[in-house]
Amino acid sequence: MTLSRGARWLLRGAMAVGLAFVYVPLALVLVNSFNADRTFAWPPPRWTTDWWVRAWENAGAREALWTSTTAGLGATAVALLLGTLVAFAVQRYRFFGRDAVSLLVVLPIALPGIVTGIALDTAFRSLIEPLGVGKGLFSVIVGHATFCVVVVYNNVLARLRRLGGNLEEASADLGADTFQTFRYVTFPLLRSALFAGGLLAFALSFDEIIVTTFTAGPGVQTLPIWIFNNLFRPNQAPVINVVAAVLIVLSIVPIYLAQRVSDTAAGGRL
Amino acid sequence: MRTTRVFTAVAAAGLLALTGCGDGGGATGGSGPGGIKPPKIDKLASLGAGEGQVNIVAWAGYVENGSTDPKVDWVTGFEKETGCKVNVKVAGTSDEMVTLMKTGDYDVVSASGDASLRLIYGGEVAPVNTDLVANYKDVFDGLKLKQWNSVDGVAYGIPHGRGANVLMYRTDKVTPAPTSWSAVFDPNSPYKGKVTAYDSPIYLADAALYLMKHQPELGIKNPYALDDKQFAAAVDLLKKQNELIGEYWSDYTKEVQAFKSGNSVVGTAWQVIVNLAKADGAPVEAVLPSEGATGWSDTWMISAKAKHPNCGYLWMNHIIDPAANGAVAEWFGEAPANKLACDKTADKNHCTTFHAADEAYFDQVWFWSTPVEQCLDGRTDVKCKDYAAWTQAWTTIKG
Amino acid sequence: MTALSTVDRPAGDDTIAARGPVRRLSSWLHRHRGARLAGLLSAPLLWLLVAYLGSLAVLFVSALWTVNSFTGDLVRQPTFANFRTILTEEVYRTVTLRSLGVAAAVTVIDVLIALPMAFFMAKVASPRSRRLLVIAILTPLWASYLVKAYAWRVMLANDGPVDWLFGGAGNGPGYGLLATVLVLSYLWLPYMILPIYAGLERLPDSLLEASADLGARGGRTVRSVVLPMIVPSVIAGSIFTFSLSLGDYITVQIVGGKTQLIGNLVYANIGAANNLPFSAALATIPVLIMVGYLVAVRRSGALEEL
Repeated sequence: MTLSRGARWLLRGAMAVGLAFVYVPLALVLVNSFNADRTFAWPPPRWTTDWWVRAWENAGAREALWTSTTAGLGATAVALLLGTLVAFAVQRYRFFGRDAVSLLVVLPIALPGIVTGIALDTAFRSLIEPLGVGKGLFSVIVGHATFCVVVVYNNVLARLRRLGGNLEEASADLGADTFQTFRYVTFPLLRSALFAGGLLAFALSFDEIIVTTFTAGPGVQTLPIWIFNNLFRPNQAPVINVVAAVLIVLSIVPIYLAQRVSDTAAGGRL
Repeated sequence: MRTTRVFTAVAAAGLLALTGCGDGGGATGGSGPGGIKPPKIDKLASLGAGEGQVNIVAWAGYVENGSTDPKVDWVTGFEKETGCKVNVKVAGTSDEMVTLMKTGDYDVVSASGDASLRLIYGGEVAPVNTDLVANYKDVFDGLKLKQWNSVDGVAYGIPHGRGANVLMYRTDKVTPAPTSWSAVFDPNSPYKGKVTAYDSPIYLADAALYLMKHQPELGIKNPYALDDKQFAAAVDLLKKQNELIGEYWSDYTKEVQAFKSGNSVVGTAWQVIVNLAKADGAPVEAVLPSEGATGWSDTWMISAKAKHPNCGYLWMNHIIDPAANGAVAEWFGEAPANKLACDKTADKNHCTTFHAADEAYFDQVWFWSTPVEQCLDGRTDVKCKDYAAWTQAWTTIKG
Repeated sequence: MTALSTVDRPAGDDTIAARGPVRRLSSWLHRHRGARLAGLLSAPLLWLLVAYLGSLAVLFVSALWTVNSFTGDLVRQPTFANFRTILTEEVYRTVTLRSLGVAAAVTVIDVLIALPMAFFMAKVASPRSRRLLVIAILTPLWASYLVKAYAWRVMLANDGPVDWLFGGAGNGPGYGLLATVLVLSYLWLPYMILPIYAGLERLPDSLLEASADLGARGGRTVRSVVLPMIVPSVIAGSIFTFSLSLGDYITVQIVGGKTQLIGNLVYANIGAANNLPFSAALATIPVLIMVGYLVAVRRSGALEEL
């Protein structure tokens, strides 16, 4: 697009200021992970690497990381399955209530987490628990999957729109059955959209705290819950900065991979 | 969940206060509010062999096996010694504790004052045979057979620890040093915008306690038993206080940080917060004001349906063992229940700092208790405001 | 497109015998459109209708109940007492309006910050730096929300970095409503940038060139071509920022001073007071607001941009 030099510089400036806005607090988290003061006094009075050592030794944090990963993968798997199915139904068919279905998919993320959380909690307590099934990791996955469906759905839907049905028709004309067509034609074309949707679903699940608070069984500690429990105990609070710093660094790997994958397939929406 | 945890701890203790203050309820329990009787459940007669495991519901920080910090561990030794494997469920709220205990899957619970009475009257927990808990004899008398852990002189639990809600202030900003809660309630306070208060409906009891001393005509006998008029007066006081408040606090990282930076200069706090703030170099002091204070206390209770009662008793004995009780008190920041624990703490001054042996100190403390419709001070001619009403009032106070 | 070639390949272990029933199923499905649709929709609808809407229904039914204050058990006798309290007590109206104001302010701030950033990413930056920028926007989503909120608490403290920026202790916003809006805007910014970026990226450059060829200057093109076309993306982002702000109760506790929002009320009644029915009644407020919003924006196509 043709923009004047001034406009370009203005946009570049806006971008720089925006990135600074995003990154200064994150930098503070990193700096505070070396702050000897237990409640992050500013400026830091003394420096220490103690928190990094303590974080390394903290078995609770590792377990919570594992729990979060399991919950995230579980929720992502469910979301991928359900989201893809709905996307196919909505994109390929005209049926009564189609608009309602797409609204229904969006609803869990559009309603505040606390509503979703207490609704699932209430339903679980009054309907499932009398059957002898307590809340646990399972209920966390159910809760997360519910609001993750929409990101997969939208990614797949956008991709299906762009693809149209020509390739699949060609495949059918060449004698492939429905399943072969899906396996050899549709799925490879969808792969990057699924990856992008799945990654965002995982990220949403991984940092979710409000729904988790209400759906987690008493022994289940996801990483955000662990952070919540420890943030408010000064002996532990600085360790959390370390965990957050490590997470930021680790997160670059999946995001970079997703970008690679989606780039090769022309514009995933992440 | 720190908030709720504290909150629960608080709630348990409320009834106790009656005994401390001498008037109001009887010193050794008495029947439940409004004359309700708990279901009859037998206590364990004798101790047998351990069952190999014990399922515990506890507050975060009460059952530590080294996974949070390798140095903080009073579970591994117990498991080795008794052969009882410890399975812990950390509960976030008293309600969750009650719900969990109702499943019958758990043997032992660290109940706070608001949960303990519900558990007793709901028939979820059994009376405790204190003869089978060797360390019970060393528990401070000030914690034995109180209204929140016993009924009619029958013990329903083993006391764990306690603490008071003290008045903390910045020594460099607040002069002269306050001796009364009027420092946080006086509408003309010079510290407007820098006052802090505990963010929970239970804080209404602090206002009620203040009114109990400053407006005797209201006739408040127990800050957890407020009839309509008394309740309205407490709410009114807090609405006026809201003008002075900079922020309400609910967790201790937040409060320590606010006092260090000077966002808050005076307000209610726990001893552990005072210590942490001092350790980080903040110029603060704390005082138990002339009106007395609210406080909290937890109790270990055993399920009426315990599948592992022997291991349960072994655990209850272990957790108030001087070494373990001292360790948990230090980790959590509270006064231990066992007198002998004071010799075992790493910080030799721990018990002094937390006033563990200071009965005169705790005599002025009204421990947290859940307000219910049946007035806790024994009045039967009026209905008191229950906790749901307290919660809704708290909403209007904050505006 | 390389994947297409695999169609020619003999289908590995798919022996003719094994594929027989599959073939039959496949051709049956091909003939029965309704069955295909039912197959696609049954699992997701079962989940969303039964698990999700069912739960919401249970919640709202329980709004009609009350709680026995001593035993904590639910009293299942329908009454509108909870709703009456909410409608008559002024504080609930005040808090609702305050929450709406916060959510709206956060949304507007995020749109203003996100638009130029997304535009730069999609239309000015080189493809290589574009990829890096997307990563840069996504990364903060992985740093715990709580940790970021607490980092802001430190920055906003008395005599902290933000106060420095404003020239000394006490000059900054401190803790309160303003701080809440600021921190929520910070937390939800990526959720606004990403949909707008995706919308702009799909906008063909040729369209912008056509506008320029017809004599429109940069500003005019943005106003008359770009903005109208990315309205759905902006609305999509606003669904995130609005709903996330409306349901938040943790950030407010951390930087909100004595402010309370509707999330705090819902949380306080269920978490501490065990008064589920009243919480449920309160929860209808944000639900009504969001459902109304969704229905209003449905036609714009925004729901597909999330």
